[in-house]
Amino acid sequence: MKKLFSTFGFWKVTAVAIMLAGLYSTYVRFFQGLGASTNLSDTFPWGIWIGFDVLCGVGLAAGGFTLAAIVYIFNIKRFEPIIRPTILTAFLGYVLVIVGLMFDLGRPLQIWHAIIMWNPRSVMFEVAWCVMLYTTVLALEFSPVILEKFKMTRTIKMVKRISIPLIILGVLLSTLHQSSLGSLYLIVPEKMYPLWYSAYMPVFFYASAIAAGCAMVIFESFLSSRAFNRGLELNLLNEIARICVLMLGVYAVMKAVDLSDRKMLSLLTVSRFETYMYWFEVTVGVIIPFIMFTQHKIRKNTTGLFIGAVLVVAGFIMNRMNIAITGMEGWTSTTYIPSWTEFSITMMIVTMGFTAFYFIAKYFPVFVDDHEHEDVHKYSANVYSMHDDLRKVSSPV
Amino acid sequence: MLKKKAMLIDLTLCVGCNACQTACKEANHMPADEEKALSTTSYTALDEYDGVFVRRMCQHCDDPTCASVCPVGAFTKMPEGPVVYDVEKCIGCRYCMQACPFQVPRYEWSSTYPRIQKCIMCHERVSKGLPTACSEACPTGATKFGDRDDLLKEAYERLAAEPDKYVQKIYGEKEVGGTSILYISAVPFENLGFHTTLQTTPMPQLTWNALSKIPGVVTVGGTLLFGIWWITNRRQEVKEYEQKLHDTNHSHNGKN
Repeated sequence: MKKLFSTFGFWKVTAVAIMLAGLYSTYVRFFQGLGASTNLSDTFPWGIWIGFDVLCGVGLAAGGFTLAAIVYIFNIKRFEPIIRPTILTAFLGYVLVIVGLMFDLGRPLQIWHAIIMWNPRSVMFEVAWCVMLYTTVLALEFSPVILEKFKMTRTIKMVKRISIPLIILGVLLSTLHQSSLGSLYLIVPEKMYPLWYSAYMPVFFYASAIAAGCAMVIFESFLSSRAFNRGLELNLLNEIARICVLMLGVYAVMKAVDLSDRKMLSLLTVSRFETYMYWFEVTVGVIIPFIMFTQHKIRKNTTGLFIGAVLVVAGFIMNRMNIAITGMEGWTSTTYIPSWTEFSITMMIVTMGFTAFYFIAKYFPVFVDDHEHEDVHKYSANVYSMHDDLRKVSSPV
Repeated sequence: MLKKKAMLIDLTLCVGCNACQTACKEANHMPADEEKALSTTSYTALDEYDGVFVRRMCQHCDDPTCASVCPVGAFTKMPEGPVVYDVEKCIGCRYCMQACPFQVPRYEWSSTYPRIQKCIMCHERVSKGLPTACSEACPTGATKFGDRDDLLKEAYERLAAEPDKYVQKIYGEKEVGGTSILYISAVPFENLGFHTTLQTTPMPQLTWNALSKIPGVVTVGGTLLFGIWWITNRRQEVKEYEQKLHDTNHSHNGKN
């Protein structure tokens, strides 16, 4: 085993193992059905493929529209060096959401029905259309990177011409889509535990997705800087962390006001499983990273930034899983623990995401070369003289 | 005008003979064995609470949650009352199961091409003017088929005739905006596994509150984003122009 790891590298061996397990589970899923491959039931019809693959996949892709708006709508061009990897992350996120849906849908080959069979009263219908349209928008937003590689300058010019309407469309679609994932759960007022159920879930989903999207930008930059031995745009990430902490603050205040408006504050001290999970989620995902990211010292420290971002992402995932699973178990008096096949398919999808990112970033100009683009050069060279830069930059957003 | 049909289920009359399930299975061509709970092969089943039998089945809501949440519109509320399911449209997202306030839809989990299964209130029979199979089979009249308005009136008369016997409530009259299945009982409904805290307005209103804001978000958001882009872009252009002017002036001065 040790020899295996040392010859091929730990991550490669792990990735291959996950893929093999995932492929077997894929076989079980499509040849024996959802019953054989999942622990779902009539009383618990939505599991981790919805809770994690869809809710988290979409939310963690929120960095894409946030950064696109900053760079192209607000014209804050200094963020340009990190826009490409962020759009790539978002695009892969959405593609993997669709892959996840193909596993979860009982009749995946009928997925196109949503295009011609309309039901505008359905939130799921809105979600379906937003996924389709926004994935297309992301593909177009990312297309210059591919076209550049093949030197298709004329096509690039065509894409660039429609870029602003495209970006605006992308921001609108994301806004609708991020919030509509919260709207999905508006229909279960009596089933979901009241710590999570609120008429404002769409707003909470939107705000928390922006915070998590920012954290993902930091997380992804950090990992790529290690994988590709490149510099880290520390001062840019510092500012992203400031947007993140702002959104976390707004989110926390809204959640608190909502709990008190609904007279549910007392639930915070009831000794129940849901209460512990709620506090766990809020402490890990909001309170600790909020305190961390308000500290200038931590924001300018690579490890501090990374840990903070990981906490925000982890807290975000916990929130979505609590809403999709913990919050729904009590009323239905079922306990849902995903089967190993469900886990392995989710892990396979995540691995596919990391692998795809690695290869696309390796073979396409995702990270623009320092010599070609002056801004990148300027920013990665000035990593350690951040104070000057910080004084110059106006506050983000 | 077509009158909306319904079924009145008087729990005090039910003896638990299970004739309703037998007739249902025959009418819907399902295996004849007796089942104690709703399943993909039983659209109706009896629950027992200390000698009181309760028929479980789709409630056929007037404004059905399942019909509103289905992304492809696979559920339809027929004008006669039944809520029917079109398997040809279904993509298998199971949002109907997640959303149904009565937890009725069942799924063919073991199939690789699964369907949702639930009572369809014998809509073919009903559209021909016939009663449902279960109500026809009921030997005691515990399940009675008829026009919803008439059945409601009759239910109120029964409650009024024996106020000491009946709980003064018709379950299904107002729940989630009204359903086509109405229950009356001598035992409080909450003791019989009924959800008595359901809202009296239709559930689809909850999601509609959010969905109806989409046009506003798109128009206001779109205008706002375009406006911000226009301003920041213009600012950039002016800045670049001034820079250019500045540079040419400089080089001009330099020459002198």
